[in-house]
Amino acid sequence: MIAGHEFALAGALMVARAAGTLWWPDAGVLVVSDLHLGKSGRIARRGGALLPPYETADTLARLGAEIAALEPATVVCLGDTFDDLMAAELPEAEALWLARLMAGRRWIRIAGNHDPGPVRPGGEHLAEWRAGPLIFRHIAAPGAVGEVSGHYHPKARVTARGQALARPCFLIDAARAVLPAFGTYTGGLATTDPALCALMAPGAVAVLTGRRAVCLPMPRGAARPAGGPARRPERRG
Amino acid sequence: MDRLPRPILDWFAARGWQLHPHQVEMLARAAEPALLLVAPTGGGKTMAGFLPTLADLADRPRPGLHTLYISPLKALAADIRRNLTGPIAGMGLAIRVEERTGDTSRTQRLRQRADPPQILLTTPESLALLLSYEDAPRMFAGLQRVIVDEIHALAESRRGDQLMLGLARLASLAPGLRRVGLSATVEDPPALARFMARAPEPCAVLHADPGPDPDITMLDTRRPPPWAGGGGRHAIPDILDQVRAHRTTLIFHNTRAQAEIFFHDLWLQNTGNLPVGIHHGSLSREQRERVEAAMVAGALRAIVCTGSLDLGIDWGNVDLVIQVGAPRNVKRLVQRIGRANHRYNAPSKALLVPANRFEVVECAAALEAVRAHDLDGEPRGPGPLDVLCQHILATACAGPFDAGALYAEVVTAGPYAALPRADFDACLEFCATGGYALRAYDRWRRLMEQGGLWRLRDPRNARIIRMNLGTIVDTEKLKVRMKGRGGMALGEVEEGFAASLSQGDTFLIGGQVVRFEGLRELTVEVTRDPGRTPKLAVFDGTRFATSTRLSDRMLAILNGGDWSALPAATRDWLALQAEVSLMPRRDRLLVESFPFEGREHLCIWGFAGRNAQQTLGLLATRRMEERGLHPLGFVATDYATLIWGLDAVADAAPLLEGEGLREGLEGWLAGNAVMKRSFRSTAQIAGLIERTLPGQRRSGRQATFSTDILYDTLRRHDPGHLMLRITREEAMRGLVDFGRIEEMLARIGGRIDTRRLDRVPPLAAPLFLEIGRVPVQGAARERLLAEEADRLMAAAGLA
Repeated sequence: MIAGHEFALAGALMVARAAGTLWWPDAGVLVVSDLHLGKSGRIARRGGALLPPYETADTLARLGAEIAALEPATVVCLGDTFDDLMAAELPEAEALWLARLMAGRRWIRIAGNHDPGPVRPGGEHLAEWRAGPLIFRHIAAPGAVGEVSGHYHPKARVTARGQALARPCFLIDAARAVLPAFGTYTGGLATTDPALCALMAPGAVAVLTGRRAVCLPMPRGAARPAGGPARRPERRG
Repeated sequence: MDRLPRPILDWFAARGWQLHPHQVEMLARAAEPALLLVAPTGGGKTMAGFLPTLADLADRPRPGLHTLYISPLKALAADIRRNLTGPIAGMGLAIRVEERTGDTSRTQRLRQRADPPQILLTTPESLALLLSYEDAPRMFAGLQRVIVDEIHALAESRRGDQLMLGLARLASLAPGLRRVGLSATVEDPPALARFMARAPEPCAVLHADPGPDPDITMLDTRRPPPWAGGGGRHAIPDILDQVRAHRTTLIFHNTRAQAEIFFHDLWLQNTGNLPVGIHHGSLSREQRERVEAAMVAGALRAIVCTGSLDLGIDWGNVDLVIQVGAPRNVKRLVQRIGRANHRYNAPSKALLVPANRFEVVECAAALEAVRAHDLDGEPRGPGPLDVLCQHILATACAGPFDAGALYAEVVTAGPYAALPRADFDACLEFCATGGYALRAYDRWRRLMEQGGLWRLRDPRNARIIRMNLGTIVDTEKLKVRMKGRGGMALGEVEEGFAASLSQGDTFLIGGQVVRFEGLRELTVEVTRDPGRTPKLAVFDGTRFATSTRLSDRMLAILNGGDWSALPAATRDWLALQAEVSLMPRRDRLLVESFPFEGREHLCIWGFAGRNAQQTLGLLATRRMEERGLHPLGFVATDYATLIWGLDAVADAAPLLEGEGLREGLEGWLAGNAVMKRSFRSTAQIAGLIERTLPGQRRSGRQATFSTDILYDTLRRHDPGHLMLRITREEAMRGLVDFGRIEEMLARIGGRIDTRRLDRVPPLAAPLFLEIGRVPVQGAARERLLAEEADRLMAAAGLA
């Protein structure tokens, strides 16, 4: 059984998984976006709060579980893998952990706005990557077809029988898929945000992550904030 | 009187005024290191506090800071300044009186630090800030007296803990400092004295003559209170009659939302165009100030208000207080009643207006308690460690400190008198490195030890720490403005409420119905929409739990059989409950189970107060989840918890078994919204996260994440962390209130009656209108979400 929502993108069969990863079974490619590894360290380094320094371990543990379940030949990280280039200097235990996950498979690290350059943990560092009918990049380009991207951290708010829920989500239309952020310390941008509404074609769907992948029409409507108290305002992405 | 210097005596004599006995005694005992004065409103408390200062400075005029006056409200500080400058000028004394609050200009603040006035009026937050500056020792070195006004109110929150830590600091900087506390009537004055004393030294308590008993009754209304709901709309014609018959009336409500709705309805019926204003904490500052100014000028006949007017400006012309809705707590009711007739030795006049038939019972119980002088109140716990963390960081901003010396100083603060050194050290470690099991921040630590002294690693950090001082944690709020250029600011609503609005939705704010147009850079834009029925605004002001004593009195009334003091409609309703179901009792627990609108409901009549009933909801829904009973959510009131879900519950006893309740509690509570709310406050106060400051927020926020994520991460990776411990401790005695659950379980002794009914029973009906519903994150929600997704996909033709 495939735990996720199946869809076709430019003719390729894809699975948007409940965990927030995108799986391309025919090519053996696992895609994740916006891991933001080393975020708590970066904030401390800049003289900010001393947040619980466990988000890198937490993110790697969840990524490890996806890799163990799917055994991908290739892993693509869609940018903002590290919270900044200095954050890529992970503590030794975490660096080794990442190296173990990378061992024995192709590892492609797309450049993001937080981590534009090559870093020590290696992997292939690319601005974007083409494979078959698909193109993988950090920020969606208007007019692209068969595009897989991240950057926006989409998050959907749904009200079902009076109960409100807000979850990170995939946004999918005929031309593109935008992935949710996979990192533990990441917030979300409401799907109702004008940037996302303009990007996604009418008829786009949102696939909510969580215990199960749940597909529904992309919530648009009047612009309003995503739910929940948000802290630590920072610049976009 | 003979202790008073000539100019002051002459001034009093010229007016033919006499000192009250307690004012004389305060003068006589001015040299004592600590004094607590308990006096009713209008008893000349403030003058009693300041007379020794005026006397001293009249005898021996000298420059430099002499007396610090601290009040919970900025407005009160401003009012006191006006009330002091008159007499000081009249007495011909050369005494400068200035305010120092968040509203004071930067120039003024800098000047005050260089050349302080003799009397400085401030708030706990501004004092904490002053103490965090390097020049604090110089500024406070000569301080003689500190006066804490409305100390009973400050003692009810972390602001009091912060203030007592501040006083401990002041006492070190100014040896010989004398402290005076001014309090309204409280249930346990010695406890309040221990709170404000410099531990372990004592603090004497002075009692002013409490004055005559208040003239308080339940308002007779032409229409009976509604079966359910709240707000007191039914009583508006009768309340208008009362407003007409009095000079100035304060109409108190328990929540801002209720105040808004009532004010709106009042205007619709206010045919005589009586000038009536509204005042609550969600209104914009300009709006509140306008109302306050109109009140002072005597231009208003009534103000619809909330706890925002519990304290503060002494409006001598208020001659009636109306409390709409059940009072929850007798002590607060008595203090509120005192707002009427600020004249000593004249009875305050007050009317209670129960908003529904259930509250009639609570009001009847409250009247009994007021007449019996039976004040209630929960004992205060030890000072919370998050406040201590903030205090340590603020101390580091002022300069390097010795850990042992700071500990010795902290334990002189009443709330921290019993603080173990290990807890202090844990807080210090948290401030220095975050205190994580994984030592990730040794390089980026905030505090470091050097030559036996602790100091900031990066002095630039002081700015951030100072900006985050304070213990008042607000929920995320969005401003509401009229749409268009320069649209008028109307107030604020909670972010969660704003997020639930769709274009065209209407809600009430500032007494008007407005229509939601959209969000523009984190401002809620609205247009006027007078024609529509408003959707309720969920401004969740502080809500207090009905006290144990009041609950006990209510249960006694319900089961006493003598309902003669109750209106006929309430008697009929109670009789119907007794006939259809059972009456809740003190020695048994009634649980009602019934279907309504496609869902199954369970109503637990614990009478344990709102917070404990909420915890009971968490515990019961958790056990329901384990048994596959698909709970969806619950709502708690002071009397009952109403749970709804997909399946009926035949026997509630297993859901409420005391066995293992406390042991299982922590694991059970760990993941829920109440704990996360408690964590958010603690994290902000202790400095784990920075508070969001005005103008900092951006609309594109995918890089921000909620404190819930931090909480979950800590729980998974560092379950022993100090922040989790504080969260647990605070929640257990505050939001969780486990003590009252245990008390309830003890009195019911396992006697649980589950009644299965085929419709909503009479007593339970009001619960359906309660706000503050807590969702249960369980299998039922997944089921609902899946159903909703299918429906939406089908509707959109995408399935």
